[in-house]
Amino acid sequence: MWRRTLRAALRAGLSPGTTGAVAEARAARVGSSRFAGSDSGKAEGPSPGGRVSAELIEHLERLALVDFRNREGVARLQAAIEFAGQLRAVDTDGVVPMESVLEDRCLYLRADDVVEDSCVEALLQNSQWTVEEYFVAPPGNITLPKQSEQDPVTES
Amino acid sequence: MLGLSLREVSAALKQGQVSPMELCQKCLSLIKETKFLNAYITVEEERALKQAEESEKRYEKGQALGILDGIPIAVKDNFSTAGIETTCASNMLKGYIPPYNATVVQKLLDQGAVLLGKTNLDEFAMGSGSTDGIFGPVRNPWSYSKQYREKKKQSHHRADEDSDWLITGGSSGGSAAAVSAFTCFAALGSDTGGSTRNPAALCGLVGLKPTYGLISRYGLIPLVNSMDVPGILTRCVEDAAIVLGILAGHDPKDSTTAQDPVGPFTLPILRDVGKLCIGIPKEYSAPGLSSEVQAFWSKAADLFASKGAKVVEVSLPHTSYSIVCYHVLCTAEVASNMARFDGLEYGHRCNVNVSTEAMYAATRREGFNDVVRGRILSGNFFLLKENYDDYFVKAQKVRRLIANDFVKVFNSGVDVLLTPTTLSNAVPYLEFIKEDNRTRSARDDIFTQSVNMAGLPAVNVPMALSSQGLPIGLQLIGRAFSDQQLLTVAKWFEEQVQFPVIQLQELMDSCQTFSQHKKLASVSLKR
Repeated sequence: MWRRTLRAALRAGLSPGTTGAVAEARAARVGSSRFAGSDSGKAEGPSPGGRVSAELIEHLERLALVDFRNREGVARLQAAIEFAGQLRAVDTDGVVPMESVLEDRCLYLRADDVVEDSCVEALLQNSQWTVEEYFVAPPGNITLPKQSEQDPVTES
Repeated sequence: MLGLSLREVSAALKQGQVSPMELCQKCLSLIKETKFLNAYITVEEERALKQAEESEKRYEKGQALGILDGIPIAVKDNFSTAGIETTCASNMLKGYIPPYNATVVQKLLDQGAVLLGKTNLDEFAMGSGSTDGIFGPVRNPWSYSKQYREKKKQSHHRADEDSDWLITGGSSGGSAAAVSAFTCFAALGSDTGGSTRNPAALCGLVGLKPTYGLISRYGLIPLVNSMDVPGILTRCVEDAAIVLGILAGHDPKDSTTAQDPVGPFTLPILRDVGKLCIGIPKEYSAPGLSSEVQAFWSKAADLFASKGAKVVEVSLPHTSYSIVCYHVLCTAEVASNMARFDGLEYGHRCNVNVSTEAMYAATRREGFNDVVRGRILSGNFFLLKENYDDYFVKAQKVRRLIANDFVKVFNSGVDVLLTPTTLSNAVPYLEFIKEDNRTRSARDDIFTQSVNMAGLPAVNVPMALSSQGLPIGLQLIGRAFSDQQLLTVAKWFEEQVQFPVIQLQELMDSCQTFSQHKKLASVSLKR
């Protein structure tokens, strides 16, 4: 089902301004926790390029720890990939990648000396939850459940 | 008084024609009156008045700290300010109070500058309109100028004040609006792909993007580390040079600042441009460039030529790929940079406590807008193991080609490149938001981002008003670390074109209708 609406959104030029797309986005949000799940089938992606599969969406969401939220989000990625694809036309044979414009200079390194007093208290003050001198995190040995199984994020 | 240049107002302070307190109060009440521009996120009234009071004492003792002592300034809300909320216009950092000052902020304060507040922007500086932040869009003061209003009446447009207002450009639109509306004398912006020059062009200001490595980024909340630079927004070139002189130089806290001695940045008066060679990159006649901007660009080239400069057409062959390359590198670095926002140590934290990862995911879901999430996800895609070489490394290679294009042109004897800054003058908000952020950025950053990829200095200089009565600016690009020479040429150009001062009487009139009920507040302020 979501594939069809995505196509519709693409046809509408990805314009979030049109009422149709907004309505779809709203509808999408309701089911967003599952739109990448197994019930949507092995999606081939929204374009002939077919890069954005359900697996890819899930993989990226787990890596980035942000979600696409709705079909427009996926369409946005598709558009970004297609845009980036133009780079293939550039002949870069033998070109060394450029990481920094200051590559021809020595990088300055500070001496490994303490120059400022302890700022533990000041830094802890910006945390929502601390105990003594520690930041408090929830249990860390649980991986994010698959979206197709359960999504505690959207239930909150 | 509020329209003076830095040198003039500094002289007025020294001679006692105005006191720092008076100046500060004037600016604060103008900020209140122009609140509807939405230029400021935070106004630090008490703190500013206290700084002004201290400055006043220094002047009384004849111990002013520097040229900026007692002069009100504003800072974009993505620079850390000790004790002052720093939000990046994002829910993610709402309520975040940095324990330290960005180096550039500290340098301004050390000069005695009075910090009025923090200015509005696109969320995490991702945008070209200053329309995509949680505090709402910034309005361009030119929307309320006499120049624009009169042209509008002539063309029989219905002056619908509440929906016809124009965008400032972005992402440093709050800083641009603040300087343009005379609420401060200079403001800091940031520039990753054009975020200082773009709003400067649309608001009729000088917007300087210095050479990468000349100014410290310490405390500037990073977007794209390899391209970010603090930017300077002022009403004239000389002012930008003064601020640059204060900010430039090596910072032990930023390993990417160059260690070579810098400056001075005082600008000599250029009487003869006969020895100058101005390059006009032919690829910048891009589709979408308005005929009006094109015409002013040619006119500017003719101006240089008529005064004896050598004007040559040059080629930057990889220009058309530049915006694509920028898009890949930007999203990749954003994906990496935004990983720091997890809810644990600072900023927003959600209520989900099932697991650390679930907490991270929910926090980020709540904290980032669609634009930021979109860039993070695209960046993660480009950085996937199977895509890394095809997209990220490929873009880094194209980046070298783009940087080399500039090197070749400058080695051929060109001193300064002359290009448009934006495709057209400012557009109405309602028109601007018809397209999504990525499409807009790809279009609006077209002339500006290649400079960031090559690390070069560039400056927007306002040239003239369009047929709509709105500012059109041109961009001058210089060799790396030749910021002073670039500004010297910019100053010459500025003097030749005599860009008109914004006439804000109408703005003030609208202020009165907008804020009649707030009069009490501003009266009590004048005390």
